[in-house]
Amino acid sequence: MRIIDVTEITNHIKEMCIEANHFLAQDMDSAMKSAADTEKSPLGKQILCQLQENLKIAGEDMIPICQDTGMAVIFMEIGQDVHFTGGILEDAVNEGVRRGYTEGYLRKSVVNDPIIRENTRDNTPAVIHYEMKPGEQVKITVAPKGFGSENMSRVFMLKPADGIEGVKKAILNAVREAGPNACPPMVVGVGIGGTFEKCALLAKKALTRPVDEHSDIPYVEELEKEMLEKINRTGIGPGGLGGTTTALAVNINTYPTHIAGLPVGVNICCHVNRHAVRVI
Amino acid sequence: MIIHMEHHIQAPIDAADAGKLKSGDYVYISGTIYTARDAAHKRIQEELEKGKPLPFDMAHNVIYYMGPSPAREGRPIGSAGPTTASRMDKYAPALLDLGLAGMIGKGKRSDAVKEAIVRNGAVYFAAVGGAGALLSRSILSSEIIAYDDLGTEAIRKLEVKDFPVIVVIDSEGNNLYETAIRDYCMEELLQ
Repeated sequence: MRIIDVTEITNHIKEMCIEANHFLAQDMDSAMKSAADTEKSPLGKQILCQLQENLKIAGEDMIPICQDTGMAVIFMEIGQDVHFTGGILEDAVNEGVRRGYTEGYLRKSVVNDPIIRENTRDNTPAVIHYEMKPGEQVKITVAPKGFGSENMSRVFMLKPADGIEGVKKAILNAVREAGPNACPPMVVGVGIGGTFEKCALLAKKALTRPVDEHSDIPYVEELEKEMLEKINRTGIGPGGLGGTTTALAVNINTYPTHIAGLPVGVNICCHVNRHAVRVI
Repeated sequence: MIIHMEHHIQAPIDAADAGKLKSGDYVYISGTIYTARDAAHKRIQEELEKGKPLPFDMAHNVIYYMGPSPAREGRPIGSAGPTTASRMDKYAPALLDLGLAGMIGKGKRSDAVKEAIVRNGAVYFAAVGGAGALLSRSILSSEIIAYDDLGTEAIRKLEVKDFPVIVVIDSEGNNLYETAIRDYCMEELLQ
């Protein structure tokens, strides 16, 4: 058994909130660079070059890449041989978010209640997903999520008879409807299967997979490639102002489901697809 | 194919200037603009219903749909890119009818907003979404003038220099989001 003091978790989360909001992970950084090279629309290319400059300024001057520094979505994959001491894990995670957002000059975008809507002024609480894993490591993924694209995300409860063609249509419809609102070029996270909430979670988790990696299920890999090509033929383009780069990647995760259902979650992310990962 | 023109204009905007700006044009704005997003619009609407004065005069002015991240010491503002404009669609027509000359945001607008833009000879501009660090460089100063309790959603008066935007909906109702996509759409069947 391994003992971890939760203060260690707080410190990691604080640093990761700041890091994710100022620097894109290597996979996203490369994808953005190659998009600027291949875009066919002159205006689209100009926008992608501005986004390159934006990333440079963000890192050099420590200004967040986007002013919407997101609601902090945190995946905690915890080895079952780990024992936490020194406090409550959930409080420690939220303390990390609080410190990261206040000390790191990040925007406080969370309200205490969806109807009463008073800003909590420290960006807490985070949305935390726990997963139990074998072993004694803890993998933390901090994925601050902006709401321009979150608002354009959808869940479709398809019928088994709709099949893979139904899934393709659902993804394309969500992307077309999102258009310029989701700050393209987007990353499209898709969850197929499970239940109503499981497909949404699969889609969210898919956004944290590096954009240069495909599913290891052959038909899913094919679907990822086909949908990326189809999305890039919509013409939406960078900023929604026309072009050949509408999405940088389509990441799809699947899960077993019920004989009566085919749930599909489409979680759209903008080009500021933030994910910082640490294994402790 | 759209011909993109470049303009340098001053804000507040003259009616004559607004009329010259065409969908697809690249525009650099200098002068004074105001920020307001969801919560500030809700309050403005409430003030209007009660017949109270607004924090700034709408006539000829430009609203930037933006809530910045906090400024570091010695800087006027933090990251400062546009937010999705459609969430303000419910409120925008009334403000346009009061003389609001321009809105800066990103994303689609409703038909009611488009009609109010045409009716009043106004303009809807897009700034590049997710370029908040770059856009902050065109903001010289920022001062909260109302609704301080709203934090990032307070109304700010910004002095800007060559703030880069693109005309999406012009005073004739042309919409770049609709026309530009057609040039690059390679779908055989639009379902």
